[in-house]
Amino acid sequence: MPGFLASIHYGTWVLPALLAIPLAGAALIRLAGRSPLPGQELRAAAWREVRVLAFATFAAEAVVALGLWWFVDPARAGYVARLDLPWIQDWGARFTIGVDGISAVMILLTCLLMPLAVAASWQVVTTKIRSYYSLLLILTSGVIGVFVSLDLLLFYVFWELMLIPMYFIIGIWGGTERLRASLRYFLVTMIGSLLMLVAIVVCWQASGGATFGLEALTRTLSLDLTYQRWLFAAFFLAFAIKSAVFPFHTWLPDAQHEAPTTTAVALSVKVGAYGIVRFAVPLFPAAALDDGIRAIVIGLAVVGIVYGALVALVQPDFKKLVSYSSISHVGFIVLGVFALTATSVQGAVLVMVNTGITSAAMMCILGMLHERRKTGMIANFGGIARVVPMLSAMLALVAMSGIALPGTNGFVGEFLVLAGAFAGFPVASILAATGVVLGAVYALWAIQRVIFNPLDNPENRRMKDLNRRELAVLSAFAVAILWIGIWPSPMLDRLGGPSRRFVMQVEQGARAAATLEAATP
Amino acid sequence: MMPLDLSIPAQLTTAYLPDLVVMGGGMLLLLWAVWRPESEAHSRSVAWIAMGVCLAGIAAVLWSWNRGLTAGNGAIAVDAFRWVTDLVILLGMLMTLAISVDFNQRMRLLAPEMHVLVVLAGSGMMLLTAARDLMVLFLGVELMSVSVYVLAGIDRRSSRGAESSLKYFLLGAFSSAFLLYGIALVYGATGSTNLVTIGEAMSTPAVSGSPMMMVGLALLLVGFAFKVAAAPFHMWTPDVYDGAPAPYSGLMACAVKTASFAALVRVCLEAVGTGSERWHLALWWLAAATMVVGNLFAIQQRNVKRMLSYSSIGHAGFLLVAVTAQTTEGAAAIAFYLVAYTLATLGAFAVVVAMNGGSDGVTHVDEYAGLWTVRPGLAMAMAVYMLALLGFPLVGGMGFFAKWYVLQAALHASAPQTRLAIILVLTTVVSAGFYLYLVMVMFMRPRPEGLAPPPPATGLTRLVIATSVVLILAFGLYPSPAVKVAQRSAAASFAPAAPRPTASAVAP
Repeated sequence: MPGFLASIHYGTWVLPALLAIPLAGAALIRLAGRSPLPGQELRAAAWREVRVLAFATFAAEAVVALGLWWFVDPARAGYVARLDLPWIQDWGARFTIGVDGISAVMILLTCLLMPLAVAASWQVVTTKIRSYYSLLLILTSGVIGVFVSLDLLLFYVFWELMLIPMYFIIGIWGGTERLRASLRYFLVTMIGSLLMLVAIVVCWQASGGATFGLEALTRTLSLDLTYQRWLFAAFFLAFAIKSAVFPFHTWLPDAQHEAPTTTAVALSVKVGAYGIVRFAVPLFPAAALDDGIRAIVIGLAVVGIVYGALVALVQPDFKKLVSYSSISHVGFIVLGVFALTATSVQGAVLVMVNTGITSAAMMCILGMLHERRKTGMIANFGGIARVVPMLSAMLALVAMSGIALPGTNGFVGEFLVLAGAFAGFPVASILAATGVVLGAVYALWAIQRVIFNPLDNPENRRMKDLNRRELAVLSAFAVAILWIGIWPSPMLDRLGGPSRRFVMQVEQGARAAATLEAATP
Repeated sequence: MMPLDLSIPAQLTTAYLPDLVVMGGGMLLLLWAVWRPESEAHSRSVAWIAMGVCLAGIAAVLWSWNRGLTAGNGAIAVDAFRWVTDLVILLGMLMTLAISVDFNQRMRLLAPEMHVLVVLAGSGMMLLTAARDLMVLFLGVELMSVSVYVLAGIDRRSSRGAESSLKYFLLGAFSSAFLLYGIALVYGATGSTNLVTIGEAMSTPAVSGSPMMMVGLALLLVGFAFKVAAAPFHMWTPDVYDGAPAPYSGLMACAVKTASFAALVRVCLEAVGTGSERWHLALWWLAAATMVVGNLFAIQQRNVKRMLSYSSIGHAGFLLVAVTAQTTEGAAAIAFYLVAYTLATLGAFAVVVAMNGGSDGVTHVDEYAGLWTVRPGLAMAMAVYMLALLGFPLVGGMGFFAKWYVLQAALHASAPQTRLAIILVLTTVVSAGFYLYLVMVMFMRPRPEGLAPPPPATGLTRLVIATSVVLILAFGLYPSPAVKVAQRSAAASFAPAAPRPTASAVAP
């Protein structure tokens, strides 16, 4: 496979292609369908055409992205498939993109989730369908852009680009509370990102106004600890808000609840957590290793784990339960990153992937349930295992992965985080482990109320089981869950190298900052 | 490089060429305008010629710029910053004239003189950007203001227009008096009205610390604050912009502001310099107050024109942040910002014009409900303007880099304005509250039954909307050329300021 990829010069075009394919698809969709008179809705007959086109674009994106799995050599340091073009010369901003093991896995996750999400909610959107899929494709470009940018200004542009399609999709095609949810999502995220923008300006000026390059800044940025703390705080705030770290999580349950399935899936890709690993910690290593900051951040993580699980326990609405459970999982990511051992970081990245898979699968299943029953309240279900056995089995499997049952993907990630963090942070690890127990409680209890219990609601008797399309989608999720759970080593191999380098780099940076501190009285 | 000696009439004429083209064009146009009886066709022809005058002005500016003219410290400045701001003003005039053609026809405003007034106001503005002498500056202010007072009340049948005009006139006259008194006191303290001479005098503490100078500068600043609509001197703005015909509100919000800021920057960098601690402090508080007041009050507006006028106050605050930096980089940021701001704000007023189907001029936000479903192009253009004003990357195009430029200028100043930068960022979040509100209304609210869709926008309005959207988005993807021009022009025009002696005691 690597030979084949080399023969087609995969590295030279893959990243621009990944950014361009969704945009091209969005443009094509504008042309698709019999063009109705201006201002008129597309006819239902043309819907299929648009959907197929959107799905084909997402599928093409996934196929192109798949090559990254073999292309990114875990043993090699640094970024591959790099592209470096001048952009705004006067400010030293460049169009620099590249991937390493961590970003490759995240890109792969995004590119595989999106077609599945589109397939899972095939018939849900019936108004303004072309705009819907166009926005979804633009959103995907933005997410990929965030994962590949190696230039802070470019990163910021992509980071904000994600916001707009998300805002419109939630606001136009969302549920009943969509206006409130979308505005809140926008404003809350924007506070974080604008403060990050100020921090980016400061970083840029510390470099003498010469560069926004991540690698150059990581190497050369020498700021004293007080400065680093503030800048780190600004970056961390932006990322914590985006990935819904406690106590900045309040927007997520609303947004995910109101969003259509595809966008709820996109929200479960933890771009914010990726930002912490890629930008916040490496740029300000001394701050990230500072005892005070570490105590606060890990404290937030642990509180988030337990709090998320406890709140999930009492949610009457299944979607909100899933959102809170992902808030709980984000705590594991943060704990893993800030415990800063090779094992825990590796685990943290794996939890990022797992939360993506599990929460996305849940959102798809809940979307299907919603299509059938027009409700997401747990109390409205009960005993559906007898009516829709396949759907119930899938739901149960995904729930198991959410509670980290051995043999599913969830187990591997959380185990690595706890194992890696225990030596340095025993109390935090033990508290986090109670989150796993609570997780089992809320998930199993919810499963019991939905698919077991007596079948006392007559409306549930008429539910249809999965059709072939839905079965295919959920089987793909099941394969991913079991594959990472049973045979995680290919995945771990790919994450191990970058994680070790990450830890090494941060410790080096912190030492350099300490010597700087000692040198300047 | 070609240095001009301003004491030789022929060379003075060369230095004034763009202003003379526009001013002379305006005079001839006035003759033509009154030559024929009032009619739709005549008004239209005058508008076309007025646009031709603007294009000739642009050509003259480019010609002068291209020849690299310079001059000593005479009464007028001949430098790249003047040319850049002239171009922004001419762009604003062009856009205003273009959208006023259809608007006036629809509102049955047939007086051809108003196009002439736009050109004359523009020549005043161009005088303002050129002024290196407080007397020239005052002439420019008056020529600009008097023309605009009339434009605000040009619709004689509208009582709100009359109110707007009178209010603008009274407060404008008041502020001109402040300005004039300030000029007189500064002259008394320094013995000169030339900015550079004043700047030299300012370097002796006896002058810069004298009470007469301080009061003079304070009055000068009040005059400017009125003109750029900075809080707490902004009270007239919403009423005036709301009452005036939409295209002329756009002119006031963009071109007038551009000219006033160009003059303020020149006064800051050439005359006051970094010598006066109190001047800096006053600017600091003006900027902070303007950002907060403009953006907070905009939230509760449900009238689009009023909302845009409060938004223009907020943007005056953002621009004042760059002025407060008191560096050439700040000047560059202002030039860049004004381009983005002019495109977005006049674009938004173009949409207001396209929306307003001959009603009484009240533009309630409910009329925009579900606009996306009936006029998708108009709604998307408005969304781009709103996001550009919000300073959002890519979708808001150039607006993001404008805000970024100001942020960078504020943080890069020899006394970093970190607190102002934070206020800027937080008020930007506040401004999302109203920019997004309009977007939400257009895209996410259903179109009410019985609300007729706005008439299709006609040629020129459409052209203005399309061009401004394309420019905003193109510079949002690749701002390099615009950045280069802004940077070079400011650097070539102003000597870099000496580092401030007491940098620590600046921000309160």
